Amino acid sequence: MSERPTILEARDLVVSLGGRRRSLFRPARAPVRAVAGVSLALRQGETLGLVGESGCGKTTLGRTLLGIQREAAGEIRLDGAVVSGLAPALARARRRAIQYVHQDAAAALDPWWSIGRLIEEGLIVAGVRPAGLRRAKVGAMLEAVGLEAAFHARYVHELSGGQLRRVALARILLLEPRIVILDEPTSGLDLSVQATVLRLIAELRARLGLSYLLISHDLSVVERMCERIAIMYLGRIVETGPTRAIFASPRHPYTQALLAAAPRLARVVRPTGLILAGEPPSPRALPSGCAFRTRCPNAAPACAATLPPLEAASHQHWVACLKWREIPERPRPPLVTGAESA
Amino acid sequence: MTADPLLEVKNLRLSVRTDEGVAQILDHVELTVARGQILGVVGESGCGKSTLARAVLGIFPKAARIESGEIRFEGQDLLALSDADMTRLVRGRRIGFIPQDPYLALNPVFKIGAQLLAAMRWHAAQPTSEAARRAELVALLRRVQLPEPEAVLERYPHQFSGGQRQRLLIAGALAARPALLIADEPTTALDVTTQLEILKLLQALTQEFGVSMVFVTHDFGVVAELCDVTTVMYAGQTVETGPTGAVLAAPRHPYTQALIACHPDRAAALIGIPGQVPSPLAPPPGCRFAPRCPTAADVCRRRRSRLVADAPAHGVNCRLADERLAARQAGVGA
Amino acid sequence: MLILVKFAKDKPAVLGAAIVLAVVAMAILAPLIAPYPGDVAASHLLQRLKPPSPEHPFGTDNLGRDILSRVILGARGALMIALLVVGISMAIGVPLGLIAGYQQGWLSQTIMRVTDIFLAVPQLILALALAQLMGPSLESAMLALTLTYWPFFTRIVYAETRRLAAALFIDALQCIGAGASRILFLHILPNAISPIIVRATIGMGFTILVAAVLGFLGMGATPPDPDWGLAIAESRQYLPEAWWFSTFPGLAIFLTVLGFNLLGDGLRDIVDPRLRRSR
Repeated sequence: MSERPTILEARDLVVSLGGRRRSLFRPARAPVRAVAGVSLALRQGETLGLVGESGCGKTTLGRTLLGIQREAAGEIRLDGAVVSGLAPALARARRRAIQYVHQDAAAALDPWWSIGRLIEEGLIVAGVRPAGLRRAKVGAMLEAVGLEAAFHARYVHELSGGQLRRVALARILLLEPRIVILDEPTSGLDLSVQATVLRLIAELRARLGLSYLLISHDLSVVERMCERIAIMYLGRIVETGPTRAIFASPRHPYTQALLAAAPRLARVVRPTGLILAGEPPSPRALPSGCAFRTRCPNAAPACAATLPPLEAASHQHWVACLKWREIPERPRPPLVTGAESA
Repeated sequence: MTADPLLEVKNLRLSVRTDEGVAQILDHVELTVARGQILGVVGESGCGKSTLARAVLGIFPKAARIESGEIRFEGQDLLALSDADMTRLVRGRRIGFIPQDPYLALNPVFKIGAQLLAAMRWHAAQPTSEAARRAELVALLRRVQLPEPEAVLERYPHQFSGGQRQRLLIAGALAARPALLIADEPTTALDVTTQLEILKLLQALTQEFGVSMVFVTHDFGVVAELCDVTTVMYAGQTVETGPTGAVLAAPRHPYTQALIACHPDRAAALIGIPGQVPSPLAPPPGCRFAPRCPTAADVCRRRRSRLVADAPAHGVNCRLADERLAARQAGVGA
Repeated sequence: MLILVKFAKDKPAVLGAAIVLAVVAMAILAPLIAPYPGDVAASHLLQRLKPPSPEHPFGTDNLGRDILSRVILGARGALMIALLVVGISMAIGVPLGLIAGYQQGWLSQTIMRVTDIFLAVPQLILALALAQLMGPSLESAMLALTLTYWPFFTRIVYAETRRLAAALFIDALQCIGAGASRILFLHILPNAISPIIVRATIGMGFTILVAAVLGFLGMGATPPDPDWGLAIAESRQYLPEAWWFSTFPGLAIFLTVLGFNLLGDGLRDIVDPRLRRSR
């Protein structure tokens, strides 16, 4: 079986945010390394999940791959060609094949204009000339994302969360990207609506030959949508591999804790050590060595000294932990099924 | 269980006057919380669960009108109390509140100690000294697992993380030793790992302090983790209520069944519920789920919203429950 | 439309709109509705300083001219000054505010410092100085007012632009490749309209007031213009006996400024994207 080609690749990407030079009125401020050395590869036609909690850098990573955020160090390759090292406007122009869907669908749309006009804007910017042609494309795209033609004349505040997600998708798909970065596509959506949006996303991938980078903190979404996942903690990838392998046999203690913490439909029996204590450290003051060691039940002195590299745990399954061999396998805790009495 | 319930909401109908007409937000809502119980109120957006939770506290949206119903708490109808009495006697004192957004609930310009002690002073049942209150607050902060409680009192809200702020609010709510806590989606804004910690904390505290709780959420998983009893709401109506395990494992209302079927723990495939939640400005007559229900019948449009005991301690708001009950009674009679 | 319905519920705003419409109608139809249109220039010394009567409902002035007619005719000058001053101020101030708010570098700082300098100049003093240089006239008054009013627009547009530039939908537009001018004029400007409209309507009232003051000081309109401020100046010597001479022009100023202020308040409340509906 031939390997699908890699279309988007990042090598040792570092992104710093919020630095400030000393000026007449304000003191200098050290920047925060939101992404501290990340390498990943997205293959043609696949959905790669980027999982992590708030502050792990997944959104920053997504925006850096998009180009709107400039990287501080590292390389980004699109179809093998280097596209990094450019200012945001130039980077976006060079990486037009990559588009982005924001987490907050309502806030990402201008409340002043009608939906039809908003969707059309991408085409206008891209220089698609006769207005009739644009109108036809917008109409076709509305249908493709499951919205009636009447939505053309509506306004942002009249639409529900699920509908707004579809509008956002329609807008960027008209630009004919090959890679779409989806930032928390189900956040804020009701359960009954989530499935329809996810189904649409899956259908569009098949129909339009897209590849996705799906950013989410919701493991159930990732499990249903992604072939491979990468788990991030404080700016680094701690585990990556095929979704099924990671869910069946998570190797990194953080992944195990994350899987254990997800709320399930029945009471969960959790072995001790899987409920994390304390707060994640501030990204401004990262612990030396492995950033997870302050909350890790298996931490050893060696963990403070060395930054664990990604090692192969099995085929295509990589872990960044010094002690992964010693940590017991802890697949997702089983559900205690059956009706429980009060 | 023969003891009187701590909180009983009966037949509550609440409407709100808007620019576009009258919105029927709550329709014949029923809710019961026993002493020492944690009740989960689950529903999707727009079902009225937050409005209901705030109504118990006497906080109503602008231009709201209670059309009928009562809220009995410790034997007293709260709707009959004036706002002044509610503020003085009930809100914060007998019924505590934990809001959804810890970032917005604390005043950013006052220290934590100042804010929480002021609340304690206001709600103190008997006169106590400032020193005694301070000591009690420190003990509470330790109990909610905040490190260095003495130092916490001197810090400002922005110096804490989301999870820590939520713990502060929990401590603040418990400080007045209320009989009931209303929690409005307190973990929605938190990370999954932090959420688990807070849920475990709430579980322990409610037992230790003998507090009952109404926990509003949209997440069935949270309810499964924490709540003894669950009430499911849809479009302003209570559709099902019962022991959490029973409701999740064997739901009896078509909406609950459809919704749980969407959950990733039950469905490998991606399924949703066809149709849309009706607008409260033009609600369907009778059962509001009827337009989307696979088993809807004519009688559903005429049926008044009420929970019917379909199994022991398990109430269902559905004509199917009526029919099952009638069949059982006929069987018994015969 | 939802906007009109909402506006109709705001009583003070409706009152303001009615007053403004009346003044505008007065200005447009002046020669047709003034009972004595010739009283712009003519004088009837036999009729001087007559109190209000059926033939002269507002009385006559020191040259026997009908005050009602002169008040109606004066509306033209008042509105014209207001429209020109506010219009040109907006044309200068709004684009500068947009540019300064969107960029963050030296251009932005330069624009805002120049704005600060112009803000520091007192209006009346500048008007007096220009009147000296150019000779007192309506033109010198308008120039002085415009030069001192545009910075207000720049300031509010700068604040709104900075706020909106940080909005997520602007970020989304940059992600799909929209350029700066498209973003500024098609996305930031429409969403910043509310404070601009409020400032413009209040500015109309304010300009009429200041123009009246300048007329009063003899630094603006010159006789025999039926300018309201000028009329009040001319009436000073004949007070308190000929009370009608200053009262009616003064009332005209008062009501017009009030009308614009009420209208401005009402507009602020209804210029809200959420009121744009498809149905």
